[in-house]
Amino acid sequence: MQRIGVFVCHCGTNIAATVDVKAVAEALGHEPGVVISQDYQYMCSESGQELVKSAIKEQKLTGVVICSCSPRMHENTFRKAAASAGLNPYLVEIANIREQCSWIHKDIATATEKAIILGKAAVAKVALNTPLTSMESPVVKRALVIGGGIAGIQTALDIAEAGFDVDIVEKQPTIGGKMAQIDKTFPTLDCAACILTPKMVEASQNEHITIHSFSEVAEVKGFVGNFTVKIKKKARYVDETKCTGCGLCTEKCPMRKVPNEFNMGLDNRSAVYIPFAQAVPKVATIDPNYCMMLKNGKCGVCSKVCSVGAIDYKQEDRFIEQQYGAIVVATGFNPISLDKYDEFAYSQCPDVVTSLELERLMNAAGPNGGTLLRPSDKTHPHTIVFVQCVGSRCDDEKGKPYCSKICCMYTAKHAMLIREKYPDTEVYVFYIDVRTPGKNFDEFYRRAVEQYNVHYIKGMVGKVTPKSDGKIDVQASDLLANEQLHINADMVVLAAAIEPDKTARPLATMLTTQMDTNDFFTEAHPKLRPVESATAGIFLSGACQGPKDIPETVAQGSAAAAKAIGLLCKNSITCNPCVAHSDELMCNGCSSCEKVCPYGAITYIDKEFRMPDRTTKIRRVASVNPAVCQGCGACTVACPSGAMDLSGFSNSQIMAEVDAICK
Amino acid sequence: MNKNLKEQVLRSSGVNVLKCMRCGKCSATCPSYDEMEYHPHQFVYMVEKGDIETLMKSESIYKCLTCFACVERCPRGVEPAKVVEAVRLAAVRQQGGNHLKPTDIPAMLDDDLPQQAIVTAFRKYAK
Amino acid sequence: MEKFTYYPGCTLRTKAKDLDTYARASAEALGIMLEEPADWQCCGGAYTTAKDEIATKLSAVRVLSSAKEAGQPLITVCSACHNVIKQTEYDISRDEEMAAKVNNYLGLPEAYTGGTKVYHYLEMLRDVVGFDKLREKVVNPFTGRKIAAYYGCLLLRPAKALAMDDPENPTIIEDFISAIGGTPVIYSQRNECCGGYITMEDKAQAQKRSGAVMASAKDMGAEMVITACPLCLYNLRKNSGSDMPVYYFTELLAEALGLKEESNE
Repeated sequence: MQRIGVFVCHCGTNIAATVDVKAVAEALGHEPGVVISQDYQYMCSESGQELVKSAIKEQKLTGVVICSCSPRMHENTFRKAAASAGLNPYLVEIANIREQCSWIHKDIATATEKAIILGKAAVAKVALNTPLTSMESPVVKRALVIGGGIAGIQTALDIAEAGFDVDIVEKQPTIGGKMAQIDKTFPTLDCAACILTPKMVEASQNEHITIHSFSEVAEVKGFVGNFTVKIKKKARYVDETKCTGCGLCTEKCPMRKVPNEFNMGLDNRSAVYIPFAQAVPKVATIDPNYCMMLKNGKCGVCSKVCSVGAIDYKQEDRFIEQQYGAIVVATGFNPISLDKYDEFAYSQCPDVVTSLELERLMNAAGPNGGTLLRPSDKTHPHTIVFVQCVGSRCDDEKGKPYCSKICCMYTAKHAMLIREKYPDTEVYVFYIDVRTPGKNFDEFYRRAVEQYNVHYIKGMVGKVTPKSDGKIDVQASDLLANEQLHINADMVVLAAAIEPDKTARPLATMLTTQMDTNDFFTEAHPKLRPVESATAGIFLSGACQGPKDIPETVAQGSAAAAKAIGLLCKNSITCNPCVAHSDELMCNGCSSCEKVCPYGAITYIDKEFRMPDRTTKIRRVASVNPAVCQGCGACTVACPSGAMDLSGFSNSQIMAEVDAICK
Repeated sequence: MNKNLKEQVLRSSGVNVLKCMRCGKCSATCPSYDEMEYHPHQFVYMVEKGDIETLMKSESIYKCLTCFACVERCPRGVEPAKVVEAVRLAAVRQQGGNHLKPTDIPAMLDDDLPQQAIVTAFRKYAK
Repeated sequence: MEKFTYYPGCTLRTKAKDLDTYARASAEALGIMLEEPADWQCCGGAYTTAKDEIATKLSAVRVLSSAKEAGQPLITVCSACHNVIKQTEYDISRDEEMAAKVNNYLGLPEAYTGGTKVYHYLEMLRDVVGFDKLREKVVNPFTGRKIAAYYGCLLLRPAKALAMDDPENPTIIEDFISAIGGTPVIYSQRNECCGGYITMEDKAQAQKRSGAVMASAKDMGAEMVITACPLCLYNLRKNSGSDMPVYYFTELLAEALGLKEESNE
């Protein structure tokens, strides 16, 4: 015999202003099995919970229905209250009469009617609820960080600091990411390399950190606390354990016409290379697209000059497999391609550059040794035009709809540095808005204007015309002066929008995490859970989640580490008991469920069954790994024979709810 | 502000002027900028404000070359040239609103002028 | 032989006969048959973008419809005709209200709601003949000649409707120039307006625009400019103040194919 208690919450006026809560309590009191039906001002409050607890005890309740806000808000609160009163927490049902009723309706009569119906559905369901017990699953005490930029490095260092082993997988031959390419950092103008390289070294020397450089994540299996990851270590044709990073091979390599990606292709490197002087690991890598030995078997110079015999032309990609408790994604960003923006003549004129290219042009380790010279003729530019928002804030197919967030500040930095070093150079910045929220950010921008006399012009550049004399005509609007300007410039710098790295999308599929339409990873909650993905055990660090500057990236890197540490600290984790299970006698082995399962929780096993005639028969049946199942229910819908069912949301419970609504 | 005229221009152009983020790229790229009293970005803004009559009276509506540079380069997909066209149509559709009359043509002709120029001008300037 | 419905347009019958004659002769030599429909009308020279304009779109719909009836792709040479027809095709296949009004007026045997593939002559050279094939047929190559392609505004924009090439960094005419043996000259004003029909009432503006185009081409080392548009040709020749020669691309095509003399006969 069911003894169900119903508790209707006013939520102050949130519910009570639109729903006649007394009428709801009264109506639900007449539902079959209901022995007590009450309303209260704030059911989630201490005294409200007490009301529920004492009713459970006094009325010996077998089920509880709370008519209140969304279960996302307080389901846990009431489950805990029930448990403390001795009732299995899974015998509590929430009827959402706030978000799905009072907040969206205006008319009291209809809202009340709907609240009663939602309550009836919950009563019908709770009558069929069964006590469920959570299982425990062990946690592997090791973390994986995907991406070795400043975000990944910070996360790895913090996790290691807490005493856990952590692996960094970086697809480039060195860690360091974009920050390694940056010259100075805003708003303090300290040298990026000076603050980054100590962290890179720290990461490489930390006993808890293993760096897999020139490597990629190839496969991810498992679930929170127990991921199995296959890592592809790409052949670099150099034995990492032997190479000392002396650089002799890079000096002697006769193939010297390889575009140097570290310098944004503004100069060349050799086919065997170390990306930059402070690379970590400081190990050479052979580029198979250019190495003459690998391409046609003729050369072998690097092998001859290497005193430790580290060159290995026969090296192949290899795979390693490792178990992790937590995974942190830190795949970062790239500037967008400017192919579609040739009104700015980027592809026509070498002196039209992106901001990241300018970083290299100004960097002491860059192609000009730190002297700002035009790429075309290596002369000193006297007039430089900066164009903001190239591809950002666009509502078209070419660009990105979001603000790239970092451009206003790095452009102020570039402008200021140029004016500081070359006072004879005039600098124009065309802006739509100057966006500088951040500590000491607006002050920094104002300094560029007031102290360095950078010409900030409200307007946009519309057409860039390179001329044969090397000058560049920049046609732009000055909206405040209501004029169309022509600036005779020597260089144009485009603040290209940034986008997530191209590897992020396939990685998200492997990790079964969500992305937004721009391929940024989606956080579990935009405000309250900003560094967790919606998939348990997967955390987000840095620009893979959205455009970020360095201070924010580091803060988020540390936050992701804290979340990962919180998970790794536990010996085991409690699993959600609302998982799928298959009735093996009804299962026909069709694999429909296995195909739709987004978590890979379903496998098929061959099992022996006793037949009515006492013979045995081996049948192929579905088997759910309850630790991996996230309870999404896709399999229960796909199953043609009705064998698959979801605990806590069984087919009979759902049908009972529907019946109650339609009655 | 003339609400009916604004409605008419919005409907005829099919442009959502509220998409404009006021970057001024349309005016930055406009080849007729210096010939115009009101520039492409002002067309968009004045239509948003409903200040259509001022535009209809301005010579600016006959200076747009319909080269679509502003349409192509607008980062927000606003299509300012279509706004200019809608305002111009509102003007030339008025009684006596024709900006070009057949009697004007002979004086404009020369031996090489292609027919295309005449038909285009009529399509732009007259109803 | 591949058959196309060929729409010459009004100017190719009068002031731009060269553009037409060379286009026809070259097409034949390249194995393309151009069939002119019996009763085409002038496209109007400019596409009226206004959604409440119907009459100005009718002639383009008529020719699109007759190509569809013939079961052939439609081909144009004049940039303006191409722009009008291509924009009409784009809009009528997307804007149901416009399609309904147009069809209501025209009362065609079968309502036209889009579907005709429209080629510009240059696209036909690129996509049907192929520039490699064209190169093989060249007998008088323009070796060493520095030729600037002038796209103007009509061939490329609006790109989503015209869909011929990258509107900011086009290559189709440059590839054509390479195919006939010349050296293409890239200059940034190649896709800026020549002044167009403003030449009727504001000569100064036409002079300024066409002057800027020719100056930019000359500055980058061009010795001649080619175009597909009679009005561009007029402005660049007459109003630019430049003495650099301007030709229709079809004239160079015919010359490269060795057809120039015979088509002039």
